[in-house]
Amino acid sequence: MQVIDPILKAENVNIFYGSYRAVRDLYLDIPKNKVTAFIGPSGCGKSTVLRCFNRLNDLIEVFRLEGAVTYHGTNLYAKDIDSIEVRKRIGMVFQKANPFPKSIYDNVAYGARINKYQGNMDELVETSLRRAALWDEVKDKLKASGFSLSGGQQQRLCIARTIAAQPEIVLMDEPCSALDPISTVKVEELMRELKENYTIIIVTHNMQQATRVADYTAFFNAEVTKDKGGKIGYLCEYDDTKVIFGSPREKITQDYVSGRFG
Amino acid sequence: MSDTNLALNLKKRPTSPSALFGSLMTGLAGACLALTLIPLFLVLAFVLVQGFSRINHSLFTELPPPPGLSEGGLGNAILGTLIVVAIAVAIAVPIGVLAAVYLSEFSGNNQIAKAVRFCTNVLSGVPSIIAGIFAYGLFISTKIFSFSAIVGGVALAVLMLPTIIKTTDEALQIVPQEVRWAALGIGAYNYQTVLKIVLPAAIPAILTGITLAIARAAGETAPLIFTALNSNFWPDGIFKPISTLAVSVYNFATVPYEAQNQLAWAGSLILVFMVLLTSVLARWATRQKTY
Repeated sequence: MQVIDPILKAENVNIFYGSYRAVRDLYLDIPKNKVTAFIGPSGCGKSTVLRCFNRLNDLIEVFRLEGAVTYHGTNLYAKDIDSIEVRKRIGMVFQKANPFPKSIYDNVAYGARINKYQGNMDELVETSLRRAALWDEVKDKLKASGFSLSGGQQQRLCIARTIAAQPEIVLMDEPCSALDPISTVKVEELMRELKENYTIIIVTHNMQQATRVADYTAFFNAEVTKDKGGKIGYLCEYDDTKVIFGSPREKITQDYVSGRFG
Repeated sequence: MSDTNLALNLKKRPTSPSALFGSLMTGLAGACLALTLIPLFLVLAFVLVQGFSRINHSLFTELPPPPGLSEGGLGNAILGTLIVVAIAVAIAVPIGVLAAVYLSEFSGNNQIAKAVRFCTNVLSGVPSIIAGIFAYGLFISTKIFSFSAIVGGVALAVLMLPTIIKTTDEALQIVPQEVRWAALGIGAYNYQTVLKIVLPAAIPAILTGITLAIARAAGETAPLIFTALNSNFWPDGIFKPISTLAVSVYNFATVPYEAQNQLAWAGSLILVFMVLLTSVLARWATRQKTY
């Protein structure tokens, strides 16, 4: 698929855990201010690829990446790149809501504080919570612990915390998998609004969710190999969401999106 | 409809072999529990009965009497215990907590970490008198310090270290990995994650470990006998011999004077209550835990 002026680019990326190759030969261009969804069966490397985009895989000791991941043309894996600076610009929302053991206000303010944010903190906290569609529910109890919120509210708090750090890209790793349908709808609405200011990449197991929120969809698959580990992930097809779910080129994509396997 | 040949019997049968065996084992477990509790309650009751009559204002404010005289108190020993324990805390807490932070957050479970964890376990099993000999050998026989509060504090600090390292290490590992990822995921440095997120979440459990270590150290006699020595006067700085409750009890219990024996009982009572109080504080701190 042709993407004009991509914000993130994976070029011939191979990902290894020790000697085991988890993902092979990945070429992927992520468009700016769009929502891109990664779908595919378990173990196909979707989350692994997602974490490569903000170098969170660095925390895994045996992790190794070959090839280049470029952000605005800069290779994120060049030797002189500070992974901390990368993560300040490319934020992450996790599968399980993971608020800090702090007040709601401090949860949101944390990212801005470590970035030495100079503006009005109260304003930033309010804007971030409004954008995360949480403000009306928490405005009277900003000093309460983040743990006092429900699961759906906690996940929106985590989203508010991520956008308060003012990144350019937000990575979301199955952000709705632990949420009830109503909270899911709220988070999805949020993604559609956020793409005006942010680029969003979301990993999801829910194909309806991909059709609802994503402009583009990448289908990853896993193939069986003779090497140890036995399975290796690869990008099977990447296109407009309508194409992936309507008339994909690959038969295996068709099989997956129509629920015949995975 | 019912089959009379297979009449359903759901009644309890208290004389069946398995029911009898169950009762027997429950009884045995209960008896063992009572056996372990009896010494504790006997000691507490005995100390309370023997020491309570001597509890009065002068016990906390006056110096011990010279041999042959009565009255007086243990004011210097109480103050001395507080000073020596405070020195031990000031040494053991920073070293112990930082060592645990290294083990849990920065070591990546490497060979050094494994070695340190093993040594910590060994150290926690070392007899307390060995800690005293260590402090004696390190400072007194080398003539760096003479018998003093500070050398006693070092000996107690050695005893406190393993407890503090172990509990802090465990407390930090209980903090979920996702929370660290969350902080790193928005661009925090490692030190920011540890200082602002992980340590605050673990503080109640760390406090519990520290208070338990204090409770153990405060009651130790052996490591103080030949480091802090003893004194019949009020504490005179941390570089002079100092009186402590545990050593005073040891000394006064073995002299043939009634007044001193009385003081020993009263000192035991104070010591038991100080340890009890810190244990209760530890329980309270545990209740505030985050995870």
